[in-house]
Amino acid sequence: MAQVSSISNEQSPTAKSIILKISRYNPEHDESSQFMEFNVKYEKWTTVLEAILDVKKHYDHSVAVRYSCRQATCGSCGMIINGKPRLACFTKISELDSNVVTVEPMNNFPVIRDLAVKFEKLFDTHQKIKPYLIRDDTELISDEKEFLQTPEEVEQYIQFANCIKCGLCNSACPTMATDSSFVGPQALAQAYRYVADSRDKGKDSRLKIIDDSHGIWRCHFAGSCSQVCPKGVDPAMGIQLLRGYMLGFRS
Amino acid sequence: MSKDEHREGIGGMINPRRYGIERVAYLLMRLSGLGLLAYFIGHIYETSNILRGQVGWNEFMEMISTTEGHIIMSIVIAMCVFHTVNGVRVMLGHGGVGVGKPTRPDYPYDPASQNYRHKIGIYSAMVLAAVAMMYGLAVMFGE
Repeated sequence: MAQVSSISNEQSPTAKSIILKISRYNPEHDESSQFMEFNVKYEKWTTVLEAILDVKKHYDHSVAVRYSCRQATCGSCGMIINGKPRLACFTKISELDSNVVTVEPMNNFPVIRDLAVKFEKLFDTHQKIKPYLIRDDTELISDEKEFLQTPEEVEQYIQFANCIKCGLCNSACPTMATDSSFVGPQALAQAYRYVADSRDKGKDSRLKIIDDSHGIWRCHFAGSCSQVCPKGVDPAMGIQLLRGYMLGFRS
Repeated sequence: MSKDEHREGIGGMINPRRYGIERVAYLLMRLSGLGLLAYFIGHIYETSNILRGQVGWNEFMEMISTTEGHIIMSIVIAMCVFHTVNGVRVMLGHGGVGVGKPTRPDYPYDPASQNYRHKIGIYSAMVLAAVAMMYGLAVMFGE
């Protein structure tokens, strides 16, 4: 299955080339994944996603990849690039500093085909921690018309509101690698996001959900989730602060 | 674990090469924990030889007082020191101590939880473990 293919199209004289190795796997009829190799031209601004789309456009349109916004906002194009989970649209080939770029589907997610993975489990665990404000009254019937917050109160959670649900943190987590029931750093960081929100009154019910044998206590603070987050969310910090609440270190 | 889940498995969990010194500390913490558990079980067996009387005890002591026995004991010392020092770091981190404060992140994102305080803690645990191991070797092979 492996082959080297060169894409012949007009490129600028500053273009260089790399070998792009794409993992191909269809669970319906393949026993294991195999790599296909393509010789791809790139400029210093070319992203890995653009290189994959070049391959789809010029040589093999059957390569399966999920993408949408191309600007690190939708969280669709997460994949393992040269061994680490990254967003393909947010990773320039030039910054990888390698003549060979290997792309594989994210770890710890079931593969649909090639580079596309299923996100159902991620969305299920995200939904499980109740990712919305919980309180008895609403802004519609409140006398104040809106729930005001000071800038300091916003600072407590705004970093964690940047999560785009790309799943890179869950792919890098060593606990996720072996425990299929673990809630995962994405959901735990989002639990902190709402617990730390001064408008929210659902702290007790959320802490009850994550206080589980496969919940927050399975995080061992390896920090890999924070290192791969493309939005600076720092899930490891959120999880430890959340655990601080549960252990009584924080009020 | 089904193949459909595409999990990295134990190989991915123990791979320390991709995510910096924090992941190395994570691996060493696990290995030293398992090593100390194995030592604890062996130690119970070792000390149970006292039930055989002084002769039995001395026989067993003679059996483990070898070069290999001393090397294993020095590794146990290193594991014990690393697990203790790094364990204090991890416990403080688990309580939210020293992991930084939430703030609006600026590109390039540098996770505050992976800060120099924790890195110093990890390197200190490694250095102290190495020093304790060398001291143990010096005591056991000193004469």
